[in-house]
Amino acid sequence: MDTLINNVLLAFYILIGLFFLAAAIESWRDQANPARWGTGLFWLLFAILFCTGQWLPNAINGGLIVIIALLSLFKQVRVGHIKELDEKVAQKTVKRIGNWIFLPSILLAVLALVIAQFTNFGGQVGIGVAAIVSLVVAQILTRSNAKVVYEDTQRMVRSVGSAGILPQLLATLGVVFTASGVGQVTAKAISGLFPIGNHLLGVALYCIAMALFTAIMGNAFAAFAVITAGIGIPFVVAQGGSPIVVAALGMTSGYCGTLLTPMAANFNTLPVALMEMKDQLGVIKQQFPIAISMLLIQIILMYFLAF
Amino acid sequence: MEYLSLLGIVVIVVGFALGLDTIAVVVIAALITALVSGIDFTSFLTILGKGFMDNRMVSLFFLTLPTIGILERHGLKQAAVNLIKKMKKLTPGRIFDIYQAIREIAGAFGISLQGHVQFIAPLINPMAQAAGKVNSELTPLEVDQIKGRAAATENFGNFFAQNLFVASSSVLLIASTMKSLGHPVDPAGIVLYTFPVAIISYILCLFYNHAFDQKLMKSKEK
Repeated sequence: MDTLINNVLLAFYILIGLFFLAAAIESWRDQANPARWGTGLFWLLFAILFCTGQWLPNAINGGLIVIIALLSLFKQVRVGHIKELDEKVAQKTVKRIGNWIFLPSILLAVLALVIAQFTNFGGQVGIGVAAIVSLVVAQILTRSNAKVVYEDTQRMVRSVGSAGILPQLLATLGVVFTASGVGQVTAKAISGLFPIGNHLLGVALYCIAMALFTAIMGNAFAAFAVITAGIGIPFVVAQGGSPIVVAALGMTSGYCGTLLTPMAANFNTLPVALMEMKDQLGVIKQQFPIAISMLLIQIILMYFLAF
Repeated sequence: MEYLSLLGIVVIVVGFALGLDTIAVVVIAALITALVSGIDFTSFLTILGKGFMDNRMVSLFFLTLPTIGILERHGLKQAAVNLIKKMKKLTPGRIFDIYQAIREIAGAFGISLQGHVQFIAPLINPMAQAAGKVNSELTPLEVDQIKGRAAATENFGNFFAQNLFVASSSVLLIASTMKSLGHPVDPAGIVLYTFPVAIISYILCLFYNHAFDQKLMKSKEK
C-alpha cells in the first residue's frame, strides 16, 4: 500500500513539474517581461526539481535551489504580462449554468476529505484525485478543451508566482533548522527563563510566541517552523500535548499576530490604500479586539483539547 | 557558542521585517544556520535538497489551480457577486456578517477570493457605506471605521477559516513541518481542530458587528 501511495504521489509531483514547465515556456514567450529569461529559468528549475529531482543526487537538488534563490535575489523573476480574462465569456457561462459554477470547488474539498477519512490512501492522494476529478467536471460544465486547461494552468501558476512556492521553502528551512539543532538551543534559552513542565504556561508561551513572531515577520508560515520546533515541541508536545491540536491551534494563534501587524501588508496596508483610508492603522484597529480575544480563547482551547 | 545557530532566525526575522526578497532570505537563513552550526557547504546542499524533496507535499495545492483557473474564467467571481448583491436593506454589521459567512464557506471549499481587491473595495465597502447613511450622513471618522471594518471582515473570514480546506497550503505546511519535526499529523485532523476556532471566531464577530451597528445608531440619534 505504501509503495502504491508513493508512486501515485510521485506521479502527482511530476504533473506539478509539468505545470511549472508550462509556466517556464509561457514566461519565455512573454516579450513584455524585461526579466523573461530569468523568470523562465526560475520555473524550469522547479520543473526539473519536481519531474526529475527524485532521481538526482540531493546535493544537485540543493544546488538548483541556491540558483533559484540567486535569480530571485537579483530581481530576475517577475510575473510579467498575463492576459486579462474576457468578461463576456464569464457572463455567458454564469447565465447558462448559474450557481452550478460552484460545483467543482465543492467537489474538490468534499472529495479530498472523503478520500482522506474513509480510504487508506490518505490525505495527499485524496487532494490529487479530487483535483483531477473536479477539473474534469469543470471542463464538462464550462465546455473547455485541453487548450483552455493549458492556458489557465500556466496563467494561474505564473500569477501565483514565487509566493506559491514559498511555503515549501519555509518547510525546507524547518528541516535545516532541525538538522542544525536550532530547536534544542531555542528551547534551552527559553527554559532558562521559564520552567518547563507547566502545561498552561507552556501553551501560553507557545501561542503568544507564535503571534509575536508572526507580527514581527508578517508571515505565520515562517514563524510556524521556528516556534513549533523551539517552543511547541519541548514545552507542549513533549509534556504529553496532542501534536495535532498543538499544530492546528498554533498556526491560527500565529494568524492573530497577522491581524495585528502592518508587516502583513497585503492584508492590513493594501486595503488602506485601496479605499483611501485616512487612518493608516485603521484596519488593524478594527481587528485588535478580535485578535486579542481569539488568542486568549485559543490558549484556553489548546490547554483543554491537547491534554 | 551554540547560540550562534540562532543567527538564521535573526536573518529571517530581519529579512522579512525589512521586506527583502523572501525566497533569497529563506535560503540565506538556511545557509547561515548550517555554516555556523559546523555543517560544510556540500552537506548543506544535500540537506537543503533532501528537505525540499521531502516537503513536496506542501506544493500539492498547485494541482487545484487548473480547476480554479477555469472557474475564474467562466465567472466564479460574477456568480459570487450575484449572491452578495441579493443582500439589500441591511445594516453595515449585517452585511459584514453575511460576507464573512460566505468568505468562510468559500474558504472551506478552497475558493480563495482575492478579497480586498475583488470584493471589499468595489462591493462590500460601498454597500456598507450606503447602508450606514440611510437616515443621516456619516461623520468622516465613521466612514473610515466602516472601511476598516469591511477590510477586517475579509481578514477574519480568510484567516480563521483557511485551515478548513484540507488542500490549502497552510494545512499542508503544518502537516509537512510536523512530519519533519518527528510528530506526524493527519491533514484531515488539522481541519477537524480548526472547526472550534472558525465557529467561535464567527460568533464573536456577530456580537462585535452588532455592537458596531448600535454605536452607529446612537451617534445618529444625537
